[in-house]
Amino acid sequence: MKRIQSSNRLVQWIDDRLPIFSYADSNVIAYPTPKNLSYWWNYGSIAGIVLVIMLVTGIFLAMNYQPHADVAFASVERIVRDVNYGWLLRYLHMNGASMFFIVVYIHMFRGLYFGSYKAPREILWMVGVTIYVAMMATAFMGYVLPWGQMSFWGATVITNLFSAIPLIGDYIVTWIWGGFSVDVPTINRFFVWHYLLPMILVMLVVVHLWALHVHKSSNPLGIDIKTPQDMMPFHPFYTIKDLYGLGLFMIFFMYFVFFQPNFFGEADNYIPANPMVTPPHIMPEWYFLPFYAILRAVPDKLGGVVVMFAGVLILYVLPWLDTSRVRSATFRPIYKQLFWIFLADCIYLGYLGSQPAEGANLWLGRAATLYYFLHFMVLMPLVGKLEKPKPLPSSIFEEVSKKCRAKED
Amino acid sequence: MTDNPTNTPEDMDGPRRDFLLISTTALGVAGVAMAAWPFIHSINPAKDVLALASTEVDLSSIEVGMAITVMWRGKPVFIRHRTAKEIEAAEAVDLSELRDPETDADRVQKTQWLVNIGVCTHLGCIPSGQSVGDKRGDFDGWFCPCHGSHYDTSGRIRKGPAPFNLPVPPYVFTDETMIVIG
Repeated sequence: MKRIQSSNRLVQWIDDRLPIFSYADSNVIAYPTPKNLSYWWNYGSIAGIVLVIMLVTGIFLAMNYQPHADVAFASVERIVRDVNYGWLLRYLHMNGASMFFIVVYIHMFRGLYFGSYKAPREILWMVGVTIYVAMMATAFMGYVLPWGQMSFWGATVITNLFSAIPLIGDYIVTWIWGGFSVDVPTINRFFVWHYLLPMILVMLVVVHLWALHVHKSSNPLGIDIKTPQDMMPFHPFYTIKDLYGLGLFMIFFMYFVFFQPNFFGEADNYIPANPMVTPPHIMPEWYFLPFYAILRAVPDKLGGVVVMFAGVLILYVLPWLDTSRVRSATFRPIYKQLFWIFLADCIYLGYLGSQPAEGANLWLGRAATLYYFLHFMVLMPLVGKLEKPKPLPSSIFEEVSKKCRAKED
Repeated sequence: MTDNPTNTPEDMDGPRRDFLLISTTALGVAGVAMAAWPFIHSINPAKDVLALASTEVDLSSIEVGMAITVMWRGKPVFIRHRTAKEIEAAEAVDLSELRDPETDADRVQKTQWLVNIGVCTHLGCIPSGQSVGDKRGDFDGWFCPCHGSHYDTSGRIRKGPAPFNLPVPPYVFTDETMIVIG
């Protein structure tokens, strides 16, 4: 870390003892960033800001929420009706969860397309996958807290996944519930986890950024930074670019908050939890749908659970499944096609997850699930070896200059 | 303007950037301040809390010399049916003796009914003197056990560390023996 020299004596005095100004300078201000980042590189910072919005709205919601099965539903309704701006806090938080997943999914698929997970950024990627898993756990438990019908039955179904574990499954589920069904102890502990996990998420984000700042951001060309000419300072160039992207994103986010606050929700969750009646169509939140489709594709209880978790966990070994040394799909003619097919497969799985699992859907779900794993376990290792990549540009600087000259002409 | 050689783009750039930076920052600060308000306001009393902000009390069962404590906005309100002797004592006090000078007439609507918020104005304890046998202090009103403040039969501070008289809550008589506090 380069120590700054400030003309302000107070700044200098503090910095000599606790180098926060030098730290900020090295990591945010002068931080060298590749010159050629596209708007696909905005989503990391947007995800960070959504996390902050979720934390702040969540903390203020928690000041009025009561995690007890008897009053949880009513306390959420009270937040919406009686608490000053409670409706705004809740709708920001509810839609914020969906926004968080939209942004993180774009961020992840960006990584998939441009090979951001490849050496030397494997651990950066794996920390990212851990963040994603923690997000899913947090979102699931948050969805349980309003204690509507979907909350209750979602909690029942998801916790019952663990009953598939041989021999001790039933004990595990009882242990998770703190009783013999989803009830008072369950909502109490879910509230605690829902408050605790985001704090762990923040720490994981710090580790993610730490790993990021070792080898810096990848870039659309997927080639290494070679000279200082390949880079420019983060501030003001990328702070402004990130702010602009954030502005556009916030317009999108606020549209839902103010005009379609229940767009991503389920009407049934406005019916208080009833342990005696399951709603006719129970469905997880949209961001879990692809994995829900995978779960249902396997006609075996334990098998379905294992395959579903494998669908998430396979991302951890992605850096070793991809055998190509070229990062960006721009220079990989075959992988580029496969990327789009894979994206379509994920979206299709999500669609199937929202449909009743019967008739043709059952077989289509199995085909889409098979392709999901085929992509990772067969196509990625094979294509990396067989495909002939296009020649890579020699440097970021050269490519950026070429583009600038083309624009001037 | 184009003829002026000093007005080159380079010269214009400095002030232009200053303007952009300052106006962007000002707008950003204003935006964040406005976004902060819903969060700050959300922990103010909610509508259901405000709806419980008045309390109705029936005084008909309180005998002369007796007192009751009712809850209003989460705080105790002392209602004492004063005896003739107590009223006389409260009215006879010379204002110059008082730390927080107020006549008894200013503190009651009907002389026999004294309505006070029963929270010591020192540090918020509940003074004793509501039940028969309680310590009432040197002036036969209330005595705060925390730091020894003495209140008289009009709820005025007479001795001890408390700076002010027991506050009189807003209330109205809806008939002879019914009041609504708040």
